[in-house]
Amino acid sequence: MKRLNSPEELEKFRQDIISKRAPDKPCITLCSGSACQATGSRDVAARIEEEIKKQGLSDKVDIRKTGCHGFCEQGPIIVIHPEGICYFRIKPGDVPGIISQTIKEKKVIEHLLYIDPVTKKKIVHESEIPFYKNQERLVFGSNGSIDPRSIDDYLAIGGYSALGKIFSGMTPEKVLEEVKKSNLRGRGGGGFPAGKKWEGSRSAPDDTKYVIVNADEGDPGAYMDRSLLEGNPHSVLEGLTIGAYAIGSHEGYIYVRQEYPLAVENITLAIKQAEAYGFLGENILGSGFDFNVIVHQGAGAFVSGESTALMTALEGRVGEPRPKYIRSNVKGLWNKPTVLNNVETWANVPLIIDKGADWFTQFGTEGSKGTKIFSLVGKITNTGLVEVPMGITLKDIIYKIGGGIPGGKKFKAVQTGGPSGGCIPEELLDLEVDFDQLTKAGSMMGSGGMIVMDEDTCMVDVARYFIHFLTDESCGKCLPCREGLRQMDKILTNITEGKGKEGDIELLEELSETIIAASLCALGQSAPNPFLSTLRYFRDEYEAHIKDKRCPALSCNELISYYIDPDKCRACMICLKKCPVDAIDGGKKKIHIIDQEKCTNCGTCLEVCPSRFSAVKKISGEPVPAAVPEEKRIIEKGTASPA
Amino acid sequence: MSEIRLQIDGKEVTASEGMTVLEAAQSAGIYIPTLCHHEKLEPFGGCRLCIVEVEVGSWKKLVVSCVYLAEENLKVRTRSEKIDRIRKILVEMLLAHAPESPQLQDLAVEYGADRDRFEKEASFCIHCGLCVRYCAEVKKKNAVGFVDRGIRKEIGFIPEIALKECNNCKECFPLCPTSYLQAAFVLTESLASGGPTGGQTFEKV
Repeated sequence: MKRLNSPEELEKFRQDIISKRAPDKPCITLCSGSACQATGSRDVAARIEEEIKKQGLSDKVDIRKTGCHGFCEQGPIIVIHPEGICYFRIKPGDVPGIISQTIKEKKVIEHLLYIDPVTKKKIVHESEIPFYKNQERLVFGSNGSIDPRSIDDYLAIGGYSALGKIFSGMTPEKVLEEVKKSNLRGRGGGGFPAGKKWEGSRSAPDDTKYVIVNADEGDPGAYMDRSLLEGNPHSVLEGLTIGAYAIGSHEGYIYVRQEYPLAVENITLAIKQAEAYGFLGENILGSGFDFNVIVHQGAGAFVSGESTALMTALEGRVGEPRPKYIRSNVKGLWNKPTVLNNVETWANVPLIIDKGADWFTQFGTEGSKGTKIFSLVGKITNTGLVEVPMGITLKDIIYKIGGGIPGGKKFKAVQTGGPSGGCIPEELLDLEVDFDQLTKAGSMMGSGGMIVMDEDTCMVDVARYFIHFLTDESCGKCLPCREGLRQMDKILTNITEGKGKEGDIELLEELSETIIAASLCALGQSAPNPFLSTLRYFRDEYEAHIKDKRCPALSCNELISYYIDPDKCRACMICLKKCPVDAIDGGKKKIHIIDQEKCTNCGTCLEVCPSRFSAVKKISGEPVPAAVPEEKRIIEKGTASPA
Repeated sequence: MSEIRLQIDGKEVTASEGMTVLEAAQSAGIYIPTLCHHEKLEPFGGCRLCIVEVEVGSWKKLVVSCVYLAEENLKVRTRSEKIDRIRKILVEMLLAHAPESPQLQDLAVEYGADRDRFEKEASFCIHCGLCVRYCAEVKKKNAVGFVDRGIRKEIGFIPEIALKECNNCKECFPLCPTSYLQAAFVLTESLASGGPTGGQTFEKV
């Protein structure tokens, strides 16, 4: 690799790369992000390489192992360029056909195509699939077209041109001005304006300054930062370097979870490549500006994603937060001015510099510009990562992109903002998603988790789950968070187990007030949100649990019972045989009865009872009807169901 | 060092630059309750009892006075309905762990805390960290430290250091607001020196 010594050399080198690439040459891109690797994309990749050789196409076809495409539940995903034909859920056995038919004969293989679950139509091109079509993939879009391990791929799509631009005459002040003008807000949770944060560091008197990438993504179900770091590491590095230049920092850190091995590997390789090309290290692109980046692997504590705890951990101490009355952009890592932004925020920076703040601000709402990547999970037809413009409605995300709720179930709520976010009910589905609207609704943007829940989800249990998670992840340094959450966890657990008391809601509210007002860091200050937001919108569920010992969603194990309707039971013996604890009494032609003492509420009987009988019922808040007398349990000949 | 003038509970107070609100209050003889504070130690901000209300311009907010720096013209209120409510529930949560602590009992009287509000889980340690920080910051020995995280967090003596250093020191003992520290030490000693439990856990130093 050669070192590039000026922005002009960079542009010339880029043109060389592009000129050597034939845009019409067939190229198979295969998603190789963590999610697709989990569904077998490595085996598919090996088979593609083998098959191309076997069919004598070695020089005629390119293979590109890309990062995450986002539509993770459909993986492994293959897209064949230049036509853009895409195939989902590929197995190694599908590969020979793809090579011989689609590559050689240009024929589409019908049975590998995506079928729209709503229209039931087959779709050939990635760009026509509703999941992709309704997104605005500014930051995430390149993931599917480049090999994250190839810096040349990144250069070929215009990568590092923002870096070239700043070293072609942009002063640090000008860079800062552009970022401020873009009104980019931090994508990691707080939504603090990045430009303002940078400016604070730039004007802080200290000579030594630091920049940090927060890649300690810890929200359950969220993996957008992971996918960016795995799939497009150079975009993060480029953004970080631009930030360092703007504030006058010469040392940067990437704090990444060690549970993200592929992200660690790809970013480490990217740093080496960038150093070799002269995009990092001394005298970057001949500008005289020096900047080095170090990868630090976190040990996996949720609280270390909090900025001050992260810095404490980087300093080699236990990852516990410290007071923020003096902001860390003035006194941060080793008490030096430090700009910390998350992965997605940094990845936005090259776009803003390259295309300008005016281009960036055409996306989004008044107070929240640009796009946001969400991790759309839970009871949703299309699971995956979606990038949408700020201001899109929840309804559009859930129905147009997400394809709605599977199994004909009814939507109940969507939980946004990670564990300390809140649940938003159906009546607010028209809410325009941005930082301020989500906060107003009692939730938050957080880092972009979006968990969809259907009618079978108990909202009290959801609150209990998240409060329990946060209790477990509290660092324990400050009393309101450590002890307050412990008490909230206990009370909520009691309520879901039918041991709720009059006054519990008020006590939870009082604890919430103290935890929010008195906790040291954002973990505690936002931790009561799951309780407060579910209470705000689903108070009746709390009251049903406490007063009637009833779980309206029929979900809380201690509050439900299974019962076999004697009028519907045809004594088919299926549930009786499948019951794992032998709690069902009955026999051939003898109506089955569940022994409530033995029953563990596992629900197997309900699942296996044939739908034509539908004899098993789940009930809550009412006594189980008395068993039919012995003499009435025998099903006489002729009364049996014809089935 | 320049002087800062601020107002605490309506009283004009003079502080020097770098002083916290708590230190400024203490220097003027104004009482703010604390559990984890010690004048020889770096501010910690763990127990949050010293929470006060400050008014900066027209903006009021609750801050923790042991880590909040005094500012010119700052108006501080050390008590209000909300502050008292917060302190009361903080004390109640600690009483579940250390119901017999005299310091907690005094605070309970002051703020009307009910010692039986939360189910007892007598673990005695209230995680103020005074012993851990005193040993590290003042004695520079690190003979006692925190183990684990969150609600599982405990203090523990490191036997190899403790058996060498602690017998002639024990300066942390009177700092402990409960009786837990001594108990933890006795346990460590007996385990490590072949006491009643057999001494199989640690080698004798």
